[in-house]
Amino acid sequence: MIKILLLLVFIMVLAVPFYNHATPALFGFPFFYWFQIALVPVASLLIYIVYRVEHGGEK
Amino acid sequence: MAYPAATFVFLALIAVVIVLGFTAARWNAGNLEHIEEWGLGGRRFGTWVSWFLIGGDAYTAYTFIAIPALMFGAGAVGFFALPYTVLIYPILYLVFPKLWKVAHKYGYITGPEFVRGRYGNKHLALAIGLTGIFATMPYIALQLIGMQTVIGALGITGHVPLILAFTVLAAFTYTSGLRAPAMIAIVKDLLIYLTVIVAVIVIPAELGGFGAIFAKIAPAKLLLAAPPAGSTGAYSGYATLALGSAMALFLYPHTTTGILSSSGPQVIRRNAVLLPAYSVMLGLLALVGYMAVASGVKDMPQFAAGFKQYGTSFAVPALVLEAFPGWFAGVAFGAIAIGALVPAAIMAIASANIFTRDIYSQFMPGSVASGEAKVAKLFSLVMVAGALVFILVIPTTYAVQLQLLGGMWIIQTFPAIVFSVFTRFFNGWALLAGWAVGIISATWLVALNHFAGSIWAFHVLGFTLPSYIALATVLLNAVVAAVLSLPMNAFCSDRAGDETRAEDYV
Repeated sequence: MIKILLLLVFIMVLAVPFYNHATPALFGFPFFYWFQIALVPVASLLIYIVYRVEHGGEK
Repeated sequence: MAYPAATFVFLALIAVVIVLGFTAARWNAGNLEHIEEWGLGGRRFGTWVSWFLIGGDAYTAYTFIAIPALMFGAGAVGFFALPYTVLIYPILYLVFPKLWKVAHKYGYITGPEFVRGRYGNKHLALAIGLTGIFATMPYIALQLIGMQTVIGALGITGHVPLILAFTVLAAFTYTSGLRAPAMIAIVKDLLIYLTVIVAVIVIPAELGGFGAIFAKIAPAKLLLAAPPAGSTGAYSGYATLALGSAMALFLYPHTTTGILSSSGPQVIRRNAVLLPAYSVMLGLLALVGYMAVASGVKDMPQFAAGFKQYGTSFAVPALVLEAFPGWFAGVAFGAIAIGALVPAAIMAIASANIFTRDIYSQFMPGSVASGEAKVAKLFSLVMVAGALVFILVIPTTYAVQLQLLGGMWIIQTFPAIVFSVFTRFFNGWALLAGWAVGIISATWLVALNHFAGSIWAFHVLGFTLPSYIALATVLLNAVVAAVLSLPMNAFCSDRAGDETRAEDYV
């Protein structure tokens, strides 16, 4: 059931009204841009956790 | 010669890649007279080669030109490419290790072949296969356009360079098969990463930092427009564009081929974790479109002719020429041109695999397995030549429109391929009916948009729901397939035609 983390990726990425804002800005990037870029490593980490739990021991 | 240093470096990089393409045949040598060796690299690519190959395959020259061009012209909506390429990875993780296992066990080398094995229905497989080939043809053509844009930016005019480039492409694809783009992809991606990293460090420094760049973007383009009352507006447009594009990506023949050529399910899972590095690169690359706005290349007289000929697609080449020294512009253009050759080669090979396994061997009497590789090699030449004729004869805007339509078509194979990995509930003929409804409704809606827009505003119970046409029509497709499957399973079940077993999908 660890796969539920993958659903979290879809929810975060598709929550457009949540991130369609200019502030808070970071390093000159409006929120809309840095938030979506920041989602990439978060998504990668969540997939990694699912992978380790489900198939971490396999070759 | 308008840019001698850039042209010299560009040509040198292309030359290196041509040599690599022809020597690739000897890499992990296999018998290239066998289609699994020629068309799937013998299913032996490990984690890192697959990372370069799938990345090189999905992130094409067209992407490098078109995504920044969309940001340059339309603003925030162009950034949908980022959520799109984040969503492809959970899909990759969930679906494709299973598909790999079944394909490996039964010797399938294409998506349609899996569907034929699953439903014992060669007509359904034919529909899926033809969809792939027709969606791929304009995609190859767009790679040519990407290449043409950078060659044109160097001041080299006429069709001869393009014809030469694709003759070479056809030749090394023919001799080396999938090993050629796999090897070249490594060079291509290293050059692309180098170019993007240098671009996001050097250009903002020249323009006064990212804050100054974003400040130059018109406020109306910086964010998505807030939806009017009673509508989900640009929000649902953006979200459905990202989700629909993500569902479609790995259904394209060339991406399926890239995945099936890996050496096992674990390689695919690890790549679902590692490939997002490309999404970060793409996000930064999209912002190059804003850098082009901030740099003011649009109003510089030396680029007026380029913008007139190539439209917003000229934004990236113009910025590269403006911001970099000549030799580095050559590196960047080389990266883009090689970025056209890698996916174009894989697209030709993948289409050839489909033609051989799902059309020729199924519908042409007297075909023999030993002749498969020969048929596939010849058909790869047909694909490349066809795309070249396409570009030389048909105006560029048609290629862009057909590529748009191709995305709408390829997603219609989602129920038949993806659902079938998880369930045998559906009936093969019901899936074919759903596919037909999906293809027709998508084409019709795109035609109502005059082949220019991919969003349609649906009116449901007094609400307006603008949606990516591909996503809405594939839902319809799935509903039709499910509703028809119920009576068909009861009265004319095709479950006996399934050559795979339940334990193959565990």
